[in-house]
Amino acid sequence: MTAQSLHSCNDFVIKFANVNGSGSASANELFARAVMRMGVPIAPRNIFPSNIQGMPTWYEMRVSGAGWLGRRGGCDLMVAMNPQTWDRDIAEIAPGGYLLYDSTKTLPRSRFRGDVVVLGLPLTELCNRAYTDPRQRQLFKNIMYVGALTALLDMEFAVVETLLAEQYRGKDKLLDANVNALKIGYDAARDDLPCPLGLRVERANGVGDKIFINGNNACGLGAVYGGATVAAWYPITPSTPVVEAFTGYCRKYRTDPDNGKARYAIVQAEDELASIGMVIGAAWNGARAFTATSGPGISLMQEFFGLAYFAEVPVVVFDVQRGGPSTGMPTRTQQSDLLSCAYASHGDTKHVMLFPEDPHECFTLGAQAFDLAERLQTPVFVLLDLDIGMNDSLCQPFAWDDQRRYDRGKVMSAADLAAGKNFGRYLDVDGDGIPWRTIPGTHPTKGAFFSRGTTRNAYAKYSEAGTDYVYNMERLRRKFETAKKLLPAPVIKRAAQPTRHGAIYYGSTSPAMAEACAQLAAQGIHVDLLRVRAFPFADAVSDFIADHDVVFVVEQNESGQLRMLLLTEAEADPKKLLRVLHYDGTPITARFIAGRITAALEARQAPPLPKVAP
Amino acid sequence: MTYFAKPKLLRPDTPKNALGYTRRDYEGAISSLCAGCGHDSISAAVVQACFDLDIQPHRVAKLSGIGCSSKTPDYFLGNSHGFNTTHGRMPSVLTGAALANRDLIYLGVSGDGDSASIGIGQFAHAMRRGVNMTYIVENNGVYGLTKGQFSATADRGSKNKRGVVNSDSPIDLVALALQLGATYVARGFSGDKAQLIPLIKGALRHRGPAFIDVISPSVNFNNHAVSTKSYDYVREHNDAVNRLDFILPRDPVEAAYAPGELRRVVQHDGSVLLLRKLKTDYDPSDRVGAMNHLQERHALGEIVTGLLFVDSTAESMHAHLNTVEKPLNQLGDAYLCPGNAALDALNASLR
Repeated sequence: MTAQSLHSCNDFVIKFANVNGSGSASANELFARAVMRMGVPIAPRNIFPSNIQGMPTWYEMRVSGAGWLGRRGGCDLMVAMNPQTWDRDIAEIAPGGYLLYDSTKTLPRSRFRGDVVVLGLPLTELCNRAYTDPRQRQLFKNIMYVGALTALLDMEFAVVETLLAEQYRGKDKLLDANVNALKIGYDAARDDLPCPLGLRVERANGVGDKIFINGNNACGLGAVYGGATVAAWYPITPSTPVVEAFTGYCRKYRTDPDNGKARYAIVQAEDELASIGMVIGAAWNGARAFTATSGPGISLMQEFFGLAYFAEVPVVVFDVQRGGPSTGMPTRTQQSDLLSCAYASHGDTKHVMLFPEDPHECFTLGAQAFDLAERLQTPVFVLLDLDIGMNDSLCQPFAWDDQRRYDRGKVMSAADLAAGKNFGRYLDVDGDGIPWRTIPGTHPTKGAFFSRGTTRNAYAKYSEAGTDYVYNMERLRRKFETAKKLLPAPVIKRAAQPTRHGAIYYGSTSPAMAEACAQLAAQGIHVDLLRVRAFPFADAVSDFIADHDVVFVVEQNESGQLRMLLLTEAEADPKKLLRVLHYDGTPITARFIAGRITAALEARQAPPLPKVAP
Repeated sequence: MTYFAKPKLLRPDTPKNALGYTRRDYEGAISSLCAGCGHDSISAAVVQACFDLDIQPHRVAKLSGIGCSSKTPDYFLGNSHGFNTTHGRMPSVLTGAALANRDLIYLGVSGDGDSASIGIGQFAHAMRRGVNMTYIVENNGVYGLTKGQFSATADRGSKNKRGVVNSDSPIDLVALALQLGATYVARGFSGDKAQLIPLIKGALRHRGPAFIDVISPSVNFNNHAVSTKSYDYVREHNDAVNRLDFILPRDPVEAAYAPGELRRVVQHDGSVLLLRKLKTDYDPSDRVGAMNHLQERHALGEIVTGLLFVDSTAESMHAHLNTVEKPLNQLGDAYLCPGNAALDALNASLR
């Protein structure tokens, strides 16, 4: 152990460099869960290629006793299992950090660094000795390095063993083989390597009752709890798992116990246009329906979004954002669909958006989206991103109030119609801009209407009269004002001391923002925080901007899309809103945010340059 | 079809169906199409078919895309909910509607531009997906609302009104529907209501995707002397394979035809399709035979009409999806929400 090597307990970053499709994902997740079971918060992130087998993939895991769940950046311990990326993986290790590698094949000294602790284990050789089947040799190599890490990081072997026992319950043969591999790795490290390292995991109490799940699964679950019965979709990274999760949870919770029949319908459509078309048809016909997609799908669905907006059909769209434009970075994260969703489709449109910050909110806002869509009779977009969607994350456990009933909005029943209630599909009877609707098949002679994307009068009759058009557009504007009051309010966190500096952010920026705020406070820079949770913006957002001299708008896209929305929709002063933009496809870090805010404030405080005489 | 506003008063002897409705109860708004448009005849045939079948108008959902044909659902079944969707996308919206409520009757109306050009993908997938629907294409070979451009069903070599020759191959939607798995495939002619009405009735009572291509001349843009979609041309080249009589389960089957000339197909709901053979060699239960016949006659310049194929035992989309009998849009909270106890168990598995 060199004197300069890193020493840290429950606070480091470990990165696994693997080959895509080699079975490493489940081993890495096993390791993550073991740390979590020891009560230490973790924040793992998968960095994967748009590919099935053979390309490099990384699993980067932050261990943070303090509970910071944003990406930290850097790497203290590299598990280098991919020869293709060896050089860049070695270069990434922090000085004094550690390298665990497969030493079966001797590598020249020039391939290593002098300032990192090199830990070689002949994993391939150990595997070849223990197993004959080539696939097993590959898979168990992964379990072996988990065993080695258990020893190196001073973790409890029994915790990992228990996790395996849970995973392979009832499959004794598989369990034994896995435990055996774990033990081989553990023993080899303990016997031949300097255990424990300067980096250690120590049992703590930082996890509590939190759960570990990704946002895509949570969205799928939210759709089940939100009462969705129809899902139509087209496969696209990174949103495919939303519907896969919905399918799984539906099978579990929505299969009729008497006859095994499905209380749901899921259709894989021929493209994104058909997906949203089916969702619109189902919602028009009174079922709660959704699709899940990503940027390219949002582009394809534009025309239909306009129809749903104008015909006032309550659809829900989960947009798991990835890097754009065009095919962009399909397996990297961004918050760059904000504007294309906010004003989706031609003509004057405006759409409701919800911004969950983590899997917990993916569930709550995902379920609430269906109530909001039906109450407002308009599309509701739930915008998460790849970082939230595809990475397991610690979050508050799910809860549901069993007294809660779905808000189906203003739907006229057969009894209402029979009683002679005046029905005009686009008539603003309540003054809130939301008209009443009827579901097809309700009454033999009353309440039928013709839905269309063309202009119509308040009674849904085709009309090209300007007055009818204006009445309708003004009502839609009123409806949007009503929406502001129904949407989840922004979350404001005041700094410990009064300050003229604020920051506005949303979604996956949340954990990094919270950590940056703490880092800045430690430097004496205090920032009030406002997390936007919905669009249209609540009045509290404009008030927050008005209350501060400088407001940093922190987001993950190149053009500052949230800032643009704030300028037009909250009528903010452009000079006040300073951009903090991160858009290289990796999740934003606290270091980045704090660095940018510090630099910006320093630049503002620097005395102006003396004017040079002409 | 209602081209002129009709008086509200009815003659005492106005015929009523078993529900007590008159044909007027199945009509809609006044048509805005050109006088003499074939589409208005199709609307009238839909009205007659629904009247004859004693369908409750509000149990029908009528959907369409964009174009002259897609305007027509406004002109029939005024007590039915309708949805004029986007260009070429009626099939997906109808599919979604059918997912939400399996109990309604779904009538999709489209045109040759709507289904054979911009919407050919959605047309194809609705057929192969087994959506329980009647899909009518009002086929005139031209774009009417934009004043007479060729559509994808226009025959190669046919000339438009200004003498421009169409050099692209035509798409035959009937041939596609057969290949893609539609389980009721027919072609009619808006100028032959006696043939068309029973075809629509059979389709409305069919379980699964029922496709009817109706050649429907555009009086303004495609009814000139050299058109292959004109009234005269279609009458001269109409090659009907059979004549259909549709019999409701409750009605007696009066067969006054010589044995061998009559084919009887019982649909899943007990309704009977009585097919008088016009071509002794034509078998409407033979999909491959139907496809061959179509190609052979097409090569001779003939327009094959009639009930070309029917599979009365086919399953539809809801059977494939194994959905509950009760329409999904009528399931209450208790059937949909697993509740907090399930979440407690789920949370425990995520630690």
